Amino acid sequence: MNRRDSAHNEGPSAFAQAAELQLRSVSKRYPGQHEFAIEELSLTVPAGDVCVLVGPSGSGKTTTMRLINRMIPLTSGDILLGGRSVLAREPRQLRRDIGYVIQQVGLFPHQTVGQNIATVPRLLGWQKGRIAARVEELLELVGLDASAMRDRYPAQLSGGQRQRVGVARALAADPPLMLMDEPFGAIDPINRARLQDEFVRLQEKVRKTVVFVTHDIDEAIKMGDRIAILREGGVLAQYDAPAAILSHPADEFVSRFVGADRALKRLALARVADLDLVAPNGLVGQRNAQRVSATTSARDALSLLLVSGGEPLLVVDGEGRAEGLLTIDVLEQLLSSEAAEARSR
Amino acid sequence: MAAPIVQLGVTGPVIPNYGAGSSSCVVHNHFFCADWVGHNWGPVLWPALRGHVVLTLVAVAIGFVISMTLALAAHRYRLLEQPTILVTTFLYTIPSLALFELLVAPVGANVYSAEIALVSYTLLILFRNILAGLREVPAEVMDAADGMGMTRTQSLLRVELPLALPAIVAGIRIAVVTTIALATIVYTIYDAGLGVPIHTALGEGPFKTELIAAGGLTVLLALVADGTLVLVQRLLTPWAQVQRS
Repeated sequence: MNRRDSAHNEGPSAFAQAAELQLRSVSKRYPGQHEFAIEELSLTVPAGDVCVLVGPSGSGKTTTMRLINRMIPLTSGDILLGGRSVLAREPRQLRRDIGYVIQQVGLFPHQTVGQNIATVPRLLGWQKGRIAARVEELLELVGLDASAMRDRYPAQLSGGQRQRVGVARALAADPPLMLMDEPFGAIDPINRARLQDEFVRLQEKVRKTVVFVTHDIDEAIKMGDRIAILREGGVLAQYDAPAAILSHPADEFVSRFVGADRALKRLALARVADLDLVAPNGLVGQRNAQRVSATTSARDALSLLLVSGGEPLLVVDGEGRAEGLLTIDVLEQLLSSEAAEARSR
Repeated sequence: MAAPIVQLGVTGPVIPNYGAGSSSCVVHNHFFCADWVGHNWGPVLWPALRGHVVLTLVAVAIGFVISMTLALAAHRYRLLEQPTILVTTFLYTIPSLALFELLVAPVGANVYSAEIALVSYTLLILFRNILAGLREVPAEVMDAADGMGMTRTQSLLRVELPLALPAIVAGIRIAVVTTIALATIVYTIYDAGLGVPIHTALGEGPFKTELIAAGGLTVLLALVADGTLVLVQRLLTPWAQVQRS
């Protein structure tokens, strides 16, 4: 891997560097089909970033993912991992270097949790002691009790536990890139939210380059550093940070895809502490104002504002000190300034 | 057909001897005489049982190797499945007595004919079960194996065959029990197996002890073999025994 293209390692010493992923004019047409599954797709995922591929069914999300680890062959274009073309690598070797997580998890039912996680290290010929230590470390990392879980079989796990083991298995050989295909798609909403939060925290530790496929725009906004919205036929509609996609969708398709509540979704991404609050001194009646914590999302603050009939909210920090007043104007400003920025582009 | 029967009459201890040494049970021809079994265990029943076990083991082992090869080929090249099923089904439907006799001309009235016939009856059962087991492996499991960079051989040895094991052992169980039953007519061409005392007993008129003993041993052997295989499967597939949560 080329050092220039690698993110700095911020996790525990066992974690290798993440690699930049670059798709160059990637096209895929399945044999016997007239239409492209993916057409001229170009995007770059900086090392250590989460790129979420999102779009309706038939937009080629999963196809894109499988082109990257060469489970299906490219029709044209090139894919570079850490500056090196995946086409130049032996497919099996390449895949052992790329974490792979799928919706149905695909744990091996005849192997224990520990054996499942050890799959790729064993393929790579690691020493037994090293594998055992790694299994332990990974189970703790994904929030499972190693001593209780290691010798269980997949049939003895809950759906959420299985998915955690799936993630641990994908991380086992410390790959510079992770491919995740709707990893939480089969989990009930409550556990899904928990797994999403856990994954965001995990990613802060391991800093992998991640390609994450979902059809759920909310999940995309929550998980992604960048979101690639694909339309039918595998054409890239927009590739940008979540806030940017919400405040200035590139076209009608993206705007419909992110939904009529995109302003609310945008507000959900901001914490009130990040807004240009009104200085607390100048305004009367702040004593009676409702207090909100600085970590409240702007969306929740808007909801409180609506309930309070537009009365400003007093934003306070952890110690209860006033940081400023939040009015509806402040929220409008955030949205309109971004919209103006978009127009001026 | 006549020749072997005459031969059998010479080798077997057969018709109860009413002279000195015969127990009162045999003399009075009770339904079942345990002491006759005791006297004849060494010279008659044990060699027959041992021969029966060898016939069965050899037939199932050879049948398994052939079926596994065919199933792996058909698993990889789907085109091979139908022709293989056609041939093995054809073999399976040949009446066993006829097949034994048919083999005598080209092969001779020997152990080879016996094993060829027995093996040919195991193929359909084993082939179908092994192939079904390999095909039952969930698609997402294969996808994961592929996505993590396993080679075909690695995924076959580490994932597909272990997961196919319950179906494979189920096939072996049927094949073993079927072969144990079928091996009782090997006596028609080759002097071995529990078919020998059973056939002798059929000529003993009202004396039923030998028939019951040899027939009972056949059934017992089948039950023990089946039970052993169930245990083997449990040991080999601990993952299938765990409780689902």
